[in-house]
Amino acid sequence: MKRVVITGAGTINALGHNVADTMTAMAEGRCGIGPLAFRDVERLSIQIGGQVRGFEAEGRYNRQQMSLYDRFTQFTLAAAAEAIAQSGISFSGELASKSGVVLGTAGGGVSTWDDNYRSVYEDGKNRVHPFVVPKLMNNAAASHVSMEYNLKGPSFTVSTACASSNHAMAQAFQMVRTGMAPAMVTGGSESMLCFGGVKAWEGLRVMSKDACRPFSANRNGMVQGEGAGLFVFEEYEHARARGADILCEVAGFAMSSDATDIVMPSKNGAARAIAGALNDARLNPENIGYINAHGTGTAANDKTECAAVADVFGPHADKLMISSTKSMHGHLIGGTGAVELLACIMALRDGVIAPTIGYEEADPECALDVVPNEARNARVDVVLSNAFAFGGMNAVLALRKV
Amino acid sequence: MSVTDKIIEIIAEQAVLETSDVTMESTLEDLGIDSLGLVESIFAIEEEFDITVPFNANEPTNSDFDISSVSKIIEDVERLLKEQAG
Repeated sequence: MKRVVITGAGTINALGHNVADTMTAMAEGRCGIGPLAFRDVERLSIQIGGQVRGFEAEGRYNRQQMSLYDRFTQFTLAAAAEAIAQSGISFSGELASKSGVVLGTAGGGVSTWDDNYRSVYEDGKNRVHPFVVPKLMNNAAASHVSMEYNLKGPSFTVSTACASSNHAMAQAFQMVRTGMAPAMVTGGSESMLCFGGVKAWEGLRVMSKDACRPFSANRNGMVQGEGAGLFVFEEYEHARARGADILCEVAGFAMSSDATDIVMPSKNGAARAIAGALNDARLNPENIGYINAHGTGTAANDKTECAAVADVFGPHADKLMISSTKSMHGHLIGGTGAVELLACIMALRDGVIAPTIGYEEADPECALDVVPNEARNARVDVVLSNAFAFGGMNAVLALRKV
Repeated sequence: MSVTDKIIEIIAEQAVLETSDVTMESTLEDLGIDSLGLVESIFAIEEEFDITVPFNANEPTNSDFDISSVSKIIEDVERLLKEQAG
């Protein structure tokens, strides 16, 4: 088994257009959630979200690219450029033929679906642009990354709702760990903040109209975000040989399925994924200093997640820190685990634990150290990142300081 | 703007060329328009003239629409405009 390290990170999300700005915002406990701005927003009952602002695709991409890049692809390519530049890796020859890209997204080109349905149903048009399909398909973002960076190995897209990115990164990790690929580009992206995307979520009645307050007794639901997080996962010796700056090590992962309900989370399924990740990384519960929670701010998730953590960690559950950065950037659905991995890297590299902001009232069912409202300086050596999806599909990653 | 001028404009835009670089004899291949560029051009023609162009990318030479040169495209668009008028 090979060791796997992260040598590059890139992002765009409501907190920043790059990793440095995002980490600064997380450390300051800044909220990126605000009023949504797009067509027909006044017809929505939910009008807040973690929208990416000031991102102009025009000028960044040419006309032909614009006709092929949905917003989720635009986000992906922006984040990939940052991650690959930081890594300093260049894909050619044998490295290119074995390396690939595995990304997560839940919805793919949601605004492309939305715009074109509007055009044919509402506007009565009978003709759509010829690139609607290559633009909206869930693997479009991964495909464009492979083309842009000459990645000719295994590439595909994983779609497991809110756990998509963690499942994708777990796959990429496994490919590098087993020696199948020397390096993999991985992460995820989502862009559902358009009329149809938010309208669909409204229907489920799990969205907050005012704020995302994970673990707080007065929490009243999730808030959607958008953006992307991309990483370069690389075999340790390969990274060392080329003198790459190593951000942290990916130590292990586990996946589990609740096999119970299409939307209600299960403590048992979550606990099995957490315990599985510890086991895979050969860690004891006491090694974990921080958990980046799934922490959606819904009544069901947060209490179930806390109960699962208490079950797995026993007395150590009261000593570790657990926070949800969704309170700041919103829930990026299929891209969320990727952006949240940045909080894990910040904890390991900088010793700064991102807070759970919007925390107002203690909930006895979430009685853990949720790092309320203000970031904390603390040395942690090993962290976990949780993702528990609708459909009961869970993926937990373990990361370690190098 | 005449049908000819409009079609030349559409093709020039797709090829990222000046309209003066597009001649009646030019083929799409000469102009560097690939298969994706071709379907985009056809879409633009349909939108501009509000016609339906019978073109199947699987069998471009068997379609009832001649794309072998700029002048052939113009001829066929003019024919379709007459056929689909009203």
